[in-house]
Amino acid sequence: MGAGILISSVVSMGGIGAVLAAFIAVADKKLSVKEDPRIEKLMDILPNTNCGGCGFAGCRSLAEALLKGKAPPTSCVAAGDATARKLASILGVSVTAQKRNIAVVLCHGGTAEARRTAEYRGAVDCTAADLTGGGKACTFGCLGYGECVAACDFGAMGMNDNGLPVVFHDKCVGCGACVKACPRNIIELHSEDHKLFVYCRNKEKGAKARKVCTVACIACGLCVKDCTVEGGIALKDNLAVVDNELAAQNDEATKRCPTKCIHYGLEENITRGSYLASKLKKIS
Amino acid sequence: MIQTQRHIKKTMNLKTFDKGVHPSDHKELTANKAVRTAALPKTVIIPLLQHIGPPCQCLVKKGDIVTEGQMIGEGTSFISAPVHASISGKVKDIDAYPHPSGRKIPSVVIEGDGETREWKAVKGKVNLDNLAPDEIRQKVRDYGIVGMGGAAFPTSVKLTLPKGKTIDTVILNGCECEPYLTSDYRIMLESPEKVVWGLRALMKTSGASRGIIGIEENKLEAVHAIREAISGALDLEVMVLETKYPQGAEKMLIQAAIGRKVPTGALPLDVGVLVNNVGTAAAVYDVFFYDKPLIERIVTLSGDALESPDNLLVRVGTTFEDVINQCGGIKSECREVEVLNGGPMMGITQSMLSVPVIKGTSGITVLEASDIKKKSVEPCIRCASCVNVCPMGLMPYRLGDLGLMARADDFTSWSGMNCIECGCCSYVCPSRRPLLQWIRLGKLRVRQQPKQ
Repeated sequence: MGAGILISSVVSMGGIGAVLAAFIAVADKKLSVKEDPRIEKLMDILPNTNCGGCGFAGCRSLAEALLKGKAPPTSCVAAGDATARKLASILGVSVTAQKRNIAVVLCHGGTAEARRTAEYRGAVDCTAADLTGGGKACTFGCLGYGECVAACDFGAMGMNDNGLPVVFHDKCVGCGACVKACPRNIIELHSEDHKLFVYCRNKEKGAKARKVCTVACIACGLCVKDCTVEGGIALKDNLAVVDNELAAQNDEATKRCPTKCIHYGLEENITRGSYLASKLKKIS
Repeated sequence: MIQTQRHIKKTMNLKTFDKGVHPSDHKELTANKAVRTAALPKTVIIPLLQHIGPPCQCLVKKGDIVTEGQMIGEGTSFISAPVHASISGKVKDIDAYPHPSGRKIPSVVIEGDGETREWKAVKGKVNLDNLAPDEIRQKVRDYGIVGMGGAAFPTSVKLTLPKGKTIDTVILNGCECEPYLTSDYRIMLESPEKVVWGLRALMKTSGASRGIIGIEENKLEAVHAIREAISGALDLEVMVLETKYPQGAEKMLIQAAIGRKVPTGALPLDVGVLVNNVGTAAAVYDVFFYDKPLIERIVTLSGDALESPDNLLVRVGTTFEDVINQCGGIKSECREVEVLNGGPMMGITQSMLSVPVIKGTSGITVLEASDIKKKSVEPCIRCASCVNVCPMGLMPYRLGDLGLMARADDFTSWSGMNCIECGCCSYVCPSRRPLLQWIRLGKLRVRQQPKQ
């Protein structure tokens, strides 16, 4: 009696198992989805940070788009030229070297330069601060609560002692996350070649702008006259606007600026390492 | 303490809404001070946006001479209200100026000539029976009347009913649940006949048959004054409500007064109710009896950092600095102060004193900054205090996090857009988390989302 139950249960369970195994084996063959093996290869090369700088939802969507030919191998802004070449070799296409983009913070009015009207004690978040005015007299300038720094996936930004964000040129990949994060639209992406910038966004008339910040652009027009290329710098909305494709990349235009808001040359010497070292030094 | 409150509620059987908080009202600072006319300002900054809706179109040019009460900005869309010059003089500048909302708004700066005009009562007796509803509505719009409680919603828009909707009850909001503020209280005490006439005008325009004036139980003198002015009319009623914040919020007031609940996403008119502030009713009276547009309003200047708190009748466009100085200025021993447009619960903190008084400025509260909890935001301890007090039945601790993390979809599905921004959650949070600010951030992020 006891042995009969044992045998029958082993046979029935084993039988069910065998039938289901056969079903799975057939389904695996019949219903299998063929994935391009190159996707895995591409994913190995891509940085897998899902920063969104390419315009796709993440690295995998970019890999799929690359295979379909919907995106060029240079799409991944985070990885750079070497990766673009590797991607191209898998895809069997050729690439030319691309210029890297860098985020530029177009405001130099930190705690030392820009006047404050009140102390902000609310939630530490630029967008929240901007809703109530933020305590800074200039309504166009950097609020200094670091939303851009928090948005950066690559550790390429930090706040300096003057309460302004700085971009580390060794780390910035130009994905544009900080550009989207800034509620006052102060950050722009520029090619590495661009060197001449007006570090002010204040669209008020000269006298008013000067009252709230010592390094504001007062739209005096001296840089427009001094620019060696005709039309390289123009005045728009009480601001000097540099056309970096056109303007001469030299410091001629910056020499006579009364508020020293136009600069030539990016601050390339600040790297993540040097920034952290200076912070450590301060703590110790 | 809690027991006594429950005891009072039980014995007095006062009507109210669910949840809410009981902040100390601090109204003793200004409650007994009669409204004083403020000095004529030398210059005024009149923003072209003093209501909910798009800004007005400017009707004057730089250098123009304007007279007191002249329309200087005209509304271009349906939801808008015109603005008028509050003093006579010369237009000095038209540019974006700081506004109590924290933004910069196109404004007209008028340099005064020192003259004031006397607003004489209109000739002949004003009889409400002779006025057609459309006539009242048009005049209320042309004279720039907006809700005087703080939100400044154009009154004429409220009075225009969409097809198929009817209103049976007009509720006048005399709750003034914000701590410190006493401007509505003074209006009810000093000119109850204006309030009652205004209520009758609003009832006639909206076709309502019943009028209720809701007043909190800490303003019994106002209750008496209004009751006398009503003098036994059967269609009007003064309703004494429990003193609780936010009793004066539209949806809470309707629930407390007549027991109707405004559904999610609906307006009071969907349940047949029109809610207006008592100050708005008084302003409607001035329109018909003095032919006077909304160019001045009663502002309570209060707070423990102010030398002599007072209720002032202030011209729209006078700077905060000017009115604060007329109340003795800020106490010399206060080194850090917080200045709010409105009361401490819903008021917006100002970052500069050069902002003007606008139509919605019911009060200016000046608090000593050491009184205000210094920020050290602690983690949420899941005590659910905020859930217990939220009058809308939301979960503020969750909404705050979603707002901060910019998760707009989740914020909407947790009903974040129903928040009435009363600030009860931030008030009770033991970890001092700025919940309301984060929720406002969340609402902003939802509005910024591209519509599909």
